[in-house]
Amino acid sequence: MGLLDQEFGESSIVITKAEDLLNWARLSSLWQLGFGLACCAIEMMATSASHYDFDRFGVIPRPSPRQADIIIISGTVTLKMATRIKRLYEQMADPKYIISMGSCSNCGGPYWEHGYHVLKGIDRVIPVDVYVPGCPPRPEALLEGLLKLQEKIRKESLRKKV
Amino acid sequence: MTAEEIYKILKEKFPNANLELDDSLPHEAFITWNGVEFIEIATFLRDEKELLFDSLMNLSGVDDNNAKKVKNEDGTETVEPGTLSVYYHLHSMQLNHKVTLKVSVPKDSPKVESVESIWKTADWHEREAYDMFGIIFLNHPNLERILLPYDWEEGSYPLRKDFETPEFYNGMRIPY
Repeated sequence: MGLLDQEFGESSIVITKAEDLLNWARLSSLWQLGFGLACCAIEMMATSASHYDFDRFGVIPRPSPRQADIIIISGTVTLKMATRIKRLYEQMADPKYIISMGSCSNCGGPYWEHGYHVLKGIDRVIPVDVYVPGCPPRPEALLEGLLKLQEKIRKESLRKKV
Repeated sequence: MTAEEIYKILKEKFPNANLELDDSLPHEAFITWNGVEFIEIATFLRDEKELLFDSLMNLSGVDDNNAKKVKNEDGTETVEPGTLSVYYHLHSMQLNHKVTLKVSVPKDSPKVESVESIWKTADWHEREAYDMFGIIFLNHPNLERILLPYDWEEGSYPLRKDFETPEFYNGMRIPY
């Protein structure tokens, strides 16, 4: 898809595929579940704040899983929390996406060996779309993760999730 | 006031109590005692004019990691389970001095008198020690789990040295 203002420049009609339109709408307003777990959540909040401005990509925190499209697992997932996260994920309406942020939620991070209480990767409970490495990842890294997710959504087809 | 002076005062007041001063380690000396009846000593520590320990800074459980295998005469081995300890870090806001107390209890029946009635801080700290080490605090008003999930396996105490991580919790695999 070209830039909209150029499309509108010559005529007032834009022609596109329904799939592309849907994908474009979806990837441009990924509402995020307002939800943080550990120190990664601090970086996530920094990303939402004015300096990095998550909002320019259409990411707005929503207080309810019913209104959210994306859940950022930002921090250490304890076993106690994992069942709650699973429930939150199941309460979200389709299509829904997951960014696993930071080492802890990717693979257990520093708790990989002696963490009796830590789930070794959120992908043991729910399917992950994008993994963002780092401990914690800088806001730029989280933004990169979001852009990767947008790329992924752009290639989606109506028939199946990519 | 130093630990030595506090120890002397305690020893004078409670000549029969099994109190000892441990200064073998390079850090500040601390007072150990063995036995259950701690309430009297704790109340004395709080109320005595010279001591006035009005604040319990921290209460923590410790696994002393001193389990031993003992060979019997007939060649069989028995395991001595070792001890668990509770450390009390006391501070006096009025007199600005502090002291550390330690009580050790056998691991197979770890029972300590609760000091919740003396320092309210002890309430949640004791619940944590109960949760992580299985130390029973006698006369605690609400000795329930505080950190672990309520469906955590009974009798499995994660901070004990002999703890082994279970394979699964609620269908989720725990080991890496």
